[in-house]
Amino acid sequence: MAKKPTRKNDDIGEDIRLALYRTQQEVRQVEKRAYDLFLQNMIKGTSHLCIGQEAIAAGFGVAMKPGDWSFCTYRGHGHTLARGASMTGVLGELMGRDCGLLGGKGGSMHLTDVTKGAMGSYAIIGAHLPIAMGAAWKAQYKKTGEVSVCFFGDGTTNIGAFHEAVSMSAVWKLPVVFVCENNLYMEYTAIGDVTPVKNPAADRASAYGLPSIIVDGNDADAVYRVAQEAFAKARAGDGPSLIECKTYRHHGHSRADPGKYRPDAEVKEWIAKDPIPFYRQRMLDFGISEEAIKTIEDDVAKAVNAATEESKNAPPPSEDLILKDVWADGGWAWRN
Amino acid sequence: MAELTYRDAVAQGIAQEMERDEDVVFLGEDIGAAGGVFKATVGLLDQFGPTRVRDTPIAEQAILGTAMGAAMVGLKPIAEIMFSDFFAVCWDIVANEIAKTRYMTNGQVSLPLVIRTANGGGLRFGAQHSQSIENWAMMIPGLKVVAPSSPADVKGLLAAAIRDPDPVIFFEHKALYPVKGEVPDGEYVDKLGEAKVLVQGDDLTIVALANMVPRAVEAAQRLKDEHGIHATVVDLRSLVPLDTQTIFREVSKTGRLFTVEENPRLCGWGAEISSLVSEELFWDLDAPITRITTPHIPLPAADHLEDMTIPSVDRITDRILKSLG
Repeated sequence: MAKKPTRKNDDIGEDIRLALYRTQQEVRQVEKRAYDLFLQNMIKGTSHLCIGQEAIAAGFGVAMKPGDWSFCTYRGHGHTLARGASMTGVLGELMGRDCGLLGGKGGSMHLTDVTKGAMGSYAIIGAHLPIAMGAAWKAQYKKTGEVSVCFFGDGTTNIGAFHEAVSMSAVWKLPVVFVCENNLYMEYTAIGDVTPVKNPAADRASAYGLPSIIVDGNDADAVYRVAQEAFAKARAGDGPSLIECKTYRHHGHSRADPGKYRPDAEVKEWIAKDPIPFYRQRMLDFGISEEAIKTIEDDVAKAVNAATEESKNAPPPSEDLILKDVWADGGWAWRN
Repeated sequence: MAELTYRDAVAQGIAQEMERDEDVVFLGEDIGAAGGVFKATVGLLDQFGPTRVRDTPIAEQAILGTAMGAAMVGLKPIAEIMFSDFFAVCWDIVANEIAKTRYMTNGQVSLPLVIRTANGGGLRFGAQHSQSIENWAMMIPGLKVVAPSSPADVKGLLAAAIRDPDPVIFFEHKALYPVKGEVPDGEYVDKLGEAKVLVQGDDLTIVALANMVPRAVEAAQRLKDEHGIHATVVDLRSLVPLDTQTIFREVSKTGRLFTVEENPRLCGWGAEISSLVSEELFWDLDAPITRITTPHIPLPAADHLEDMTIPSVDRITDRILKSLG
């Protein structure tokens, strides 16, 4: 059983910390499995893994309430899992099976689970920042208290939709939280080579009358705290936040990219800052038992194995789906 | 019945729906305090307040993204894109996001939203404020496309579009805003996807849309008065869903089809109708189908040049007479 924390002034607490660790483990282990399934040619197309960036999905995912909405990018497996979407739904979708979250119609870049508030993964850079605003508008108009959270990469800060969305959200004082996951590379190009400021999101915040916020994106506690602050501000009616999380992806941009453009020393430095062993050690420092930690790791491994088997054994999607759901009536007819 | 302008019918249609359903909200540039650059939304801010009728910055991606996100969580937004030409700066949200999200999510997401826009030429605004872009929208699976030609249709089809559970692009023709017509009083809701036969004749069938409809009607009158030729005129009203039954029925009666399109020629909606009629009604045709369109050019600005470019009553009449030999 877990021991009481041995450190003082622990504002996070053991339950939250276990949840943060479990979520990071879930994301890491599902992503590693996705990588393996690629190599076995069980997953086709492309995929964008978030290995190395799990602390952001976990910190915000655990801080969000069930009714809150999250919007993420094509690098969205982690954010979708962090809202509670099923592993079978995620892996099944990546494998093109009928048990997939989208019945196989969306694929890796569009994971969505509306029942969990995971309002979609968007594959066109910048598009979902304005879309996240719309959900926030409803919360503001209906005074229902939800927060809309939007995750995006550093590369997004150079596209017009980013600026339109942050600007208009500030003017409208919307309860939306924009989270930039700065993993230092837009795709294959270092973000510093194509951006006029050092901190691509935080240094732009002042242009929209927002405070500049930078957080260690590899420390789930720090992310959780900054999320709580931003959510409290949003729910109080004090408007949006723009948060820059510093992080690193361990793999290349996508399946096709070995990431060779990155200096070895830089990769080594960031692998040493891997959020998961770091957080594991912190839990031990706070008096959480090795046994409790191991139980989480083993539980997650079992769940990932079960989801993998379930997905492998699931049939391909029914052909009926091809002509389904263009319209709300379930059909696709464009003429009578 | 009351006589209203096409622009007043816009405001009346929106007000009717905002009154009955508090989930209907409205956003766009200059739509609130200014009442719209075409004065089509005057009075709505006063009636419904600034939380529901919301002025935006010049930020078309933000406008349409916000509309989409609001629709995803249960509102029924109406967004205005001031000139349809501006769709080019927010086409990602329209074509990649709004049109595809229901399908991609296997039906998880509904997008009951309307994008209103001022479309078409005739006001000497030049090539970037005069285009007819309904065919851009028509070719994207997942969008409904409506273009009314009369004040009554504006009110009824706008109400139907707002109540529709799918995304609708609503093309108002900017040259028609001052035109007056009888509009039903009280709650009035039309149906999307139904074409209307405005003139009935035995000799040929003209299919037209938006501002080409009154011109087609006038051309039909002239053909009758001056040449004894009797034309049927079909107002399409909606490109998606497309009322092929009405088109086929009317073309099969006359054996001759003319489309009158304001869009530049290539891939205009008339090409699709021509293709459908050729495939499915070939043996009922007595003559080749003729498309009367704007030439495949950007629109010029000067009044003399613009009038020579967009199909006019003269050109429609002449082209039909030439085809009939």
